[in-house]
Amino acid sequence: MSLRNVGIVYRKELTEALRDRRTLISTLIVPLVLFPILTAGLGAAIASLVGKAKEEVPKVMLRGGQDSPDLVAGLKKLDKIEIVPETPNWKDQIINKEVRAAIEIPSGFQAAVAEGKPDTVTILKYQGEMKSEIATGKVETYLNDYRDNVVKERLAAKNLPAAVLKPFEVKQQNVAPPEKVGGAAFGGVIGYMVILLCLTGGMYPAMDLTAGEKERGTMETILSSPISRRHLVLGKFFLVLTTSLVTAALSVTSMGVSFAVLEHLHAFDKAGSDAGQLQLRIGLGTVISVFIMVLPLAVLFSAALMTIALFAKSYKEAQSYVTPLMFLVIIPAVAAMLPIDLTPKLALVPILNASLLCKELVTGTYHWNSIAIIFSSTCVYAAVALFLAIKMFQRESVLFRS
Amino acid sequence: MIEARGLSKRFHDKKRGEIRAVDNISFTCQPGKIYGLLGANGAGKTTTLRLLATILEPTDGTAIVYGHDVVEQPEKVRANVGFLSTATALYPRLTAQELVEYFGRLNGLDEATLKKRVDDIFNRLDMNGFRDRRCDKLSTGMKQKTSIARTLVHDPPVMIFDEPTNGLDIMTARTITAFIRECRDRGKTVIFSTHIMSEVEKLCDTIGIIQSGKLLAEGTLAQLRDQFAEHELEEIFVKVVTPHYVPEEAH
Repeated sequence: MSLRNVGIVYRKELTEALRDRRTLISTLIVPLVLFPILTAGLGAAIASLVGKAKEEVPKVMLRGGQDSPDLVAGLKKLDKIEIVPETPNWKDQIINKEVRAAIEIPSGFQAAVAEGKPDTVTILKYQGEMKSEIATGKVETYLNDYRDNVVKERLAAKNLPAAVLKPFEVKQQNVAPPEKVGGAAFGGVIGYMVILLCLTGGMYPAMDLTAGEKERGTMETILSSPISRRHLVLGKFFLVLTTSLVTAALSVTSMGVSFAVLEHLHAFDKAGSDAGQLQLRIGLGTVISVFIMVLPLAVLFSAALMTIALFAKSYKEAQSYVTPLMFLVIIPAVAAMLPIDLTPKLALVPILNASLLCKELVTGTYHWNSIAIIFSSTCVYAAVALFLAIKMFQRESVLFRS
Repeated sequence: MIEARGLSKRFHDKKRGEIRAVDNISFTCQPGKIYGLLGANGAGKTTTLRLLATILEPTDGTAIVYGHDVVEQPEKVRANVGFLSTATALYPRLTAQELVEYFGRLNGLDEATLKKRVDDIFNRLDMNGFRDRRCDKLSTGMKQKTSIARTLVHDPPVMIFDEPTNGLDIMTARTITAFIRECRDRGKTVIFSTHIMSEVEKLCDTIGIIQSGKLLAEGTLAQLRDQFAEHELEEIFVKVVTPHYVPEEAH
């Protein structure tokens, strides 16, 4: 009888949720439409815009250099940039993005270099402006090559090999397999997304099923039926939990698909970013283990959301109570993206522990001791939250707060 | 039958301190009779009926509803009660039929009985024209009929109505009063609260006048007329209540 009642409430809440535009938007539309647009759409757009910016031949103004014909000739020969003659308002032109950068060659530069005297060429740019930075990079690369050639000529003149300036090479080599590299790069983000979406997915239904019900006047209707308040809370709670997990699962799936599509389109390569070399390969086993880890956390969120929202008299009031909870969740979830290692003490900090563990799981690392501590401690927190939710539903002062 | 025994409910308010919303009330409602609880706003009518429907728990005393104690067996009490008030709204995203079925299932009806019961009620209340329409798309009258259907689906022997006609137009209010009479004629125990004198005069077999949480007078209309030497119920009510009356704003 008791389980039957929980099921009856759950089925009814599910029917209502599936007919509620706001729940459908937060649970289905946001993960299935918004995330692909944000990741694939926006990612591809950024990649393509950055690519275009790099392909553009920027206008670079030359200041001085009349007595340094070799350097000027070299710069003019470059097809990556277009040299334009100097104008008095060069600074304004850079700021107004009419030219992307300017090169200031001091008077007597070529002669000074020939004599071995130190001198400085200045690149004038609009710091932080992407196209100006790209132009500066192109000019700097050329000037570095020019300088290396001068060094080589000087060494050659003194019959010294080029290797005299580079007694040894330094290089970096990755030993971790590609999936671990990808996991280390994206693991923190995935944990953060899953945790945050577990919360946001359950947020609207939790408010609708508690404060919303008070506001609409259906609370007294349901309380006059023979169902016990414990069963009523559980029926509602399972619906909130369902939306929370569905939102998180759909979001991760749609993000995964978006990434795969993006990788397939080589959008990252176009941008020339390192992300092109990173591979985010997440196996089904990892996905399942992340979700098993997140399950008690989703229970904790669902129960906490319901407890807090039930206290409110209206949906609007519930929103103002629930918003601070967002920050309580976001801060530890974001902290996992920082270089923090999972310690036995941190394994007891709710949210942060699960977030750190998600990062490890995505890289395929399974520390069973930590997993056991985190899973059981989160289960305890979740049980406490659920107990509080049930207690809250039995308090007349909360149910009939006016 | 309903039997209130020293029923009391105290609330604690931060500003006003302890409030005795219901103060040691005792009365009996018989099957096949209508008991009218008459009182001004804030007199304690709603709290009394909520206590009988086990939506609230008494601080002291108890009540026996259809043989079950409201403190000891609240779920059994609710299974035998139909509770209707203007505050008992409908789920907007369920259809009229789904809503009635939901409450039927919560009352433990099996699917075959439920179907039969729902068909019967929908025919009787002439609700078939809107059975598949969502509650948020129903007119006030349709909503009231759906609420009635909800309270009737498990055929409870006790009916509790808390100001059921409050804010309704005359035609919808008449549907409700007709329904209350029908409940009595079917042998159900009926208690309802109101502050509308004419409703009490037309409907009630026994009248209880309540003010400041106390039951100040009780009897049939004829008995009250004799006791207070007034013919009009309104005059009787004023005579009874005036010494105890505190305007609602003063609470």
